[in-house]
Amino acid sequence: MPALQDIVVAIRSDGDIVSARQQGRSLAAAIGFGATDATLIATAISELARNIVMYAGQGEVSIRNLEISHRKGIVIAARDDGPGIRSIDDVLRDGYSTSGGLGLGLPGVKRLMDEFAIDSELGHGTMVTIKKWLTK
Amino acid sequence: MEVPILKQGRFLIATIQAALSDADLLHLRRALIDKVIHFRSNGVIIDVTALDVMDSFATRTLRDITNMIRLRGADTVIVGIQPEVAFAMVQLGLTMEGVATALDLEEGLAHLQQRATGKS
Repeated sequence: MPALQDIVVAIRSDGDIVSARQQGRSLAAAIGFGATDATLIATAISELARNIVMYAGQGEVSIRNLEISHRKGIVIAARDDGPGIRSIDDVLRDGYSTSGGLGLGLPGVKRLMDEFAIDSELGHGTMVTIKKWLTK
Repeated sequence: MEVPILKQGRFLIATIQAALSDADLLHLRRALIDKVIHFRSNGVIIDVTALDVMDSFATRTLRDITNMIRLRGADTVIVGIQPEVAFAMVQLGLTMEGVATALDLEEGLAHLQQRATGKS
């Protein structure tokens, strides 16, 4: 199998959201994910990339193939240097949104994936990392 | 990516043909409302078969379109939500409450026709 290329998509405008999720779907399919999982992954990327556009203005989404002792999967990191998140507990609560209800945000993304981690510092930006494992 | 909108009698049919950006979705909203007013349409079908993802923004925009069109006294039906897209929407926590959906264009048209005869 040819090496699966890491993908980095710069996120600056809403058009980049579409590009990031489409490239993510392609890599997910190349890794072996079926149509349903690939759609879950593409949807999660879409939400994270939109958070970047809405809250930070710009950032990047990197998408990589994961292979750890025979387990295969995909990892996506959405990073920005935006204002950061004041209370991570709040944004992980269902129904919370600081943008007037646009999007359900992070709890939904967490449900779409197998693993979810968030790291944010006020004034320094946010990084959300999500993973999905391939089940045989 | 412009979404073509066809006029079919009193109905309008918008067929999304590829992935849409947020700006494309807002453009579709504007174009549909304008046409509903211009043609005095009483039913609209939005075919989303080709949409790769229905995320929070797409879902919210489609719901907004439906609500705006309802204020003009017309009905909207969303047709062609793919099974994996529906699965992802539910996992994400998105609902289309108050929005009529149908399997495909044919069933969407049948729904509108039924509503139109019910009203007259």
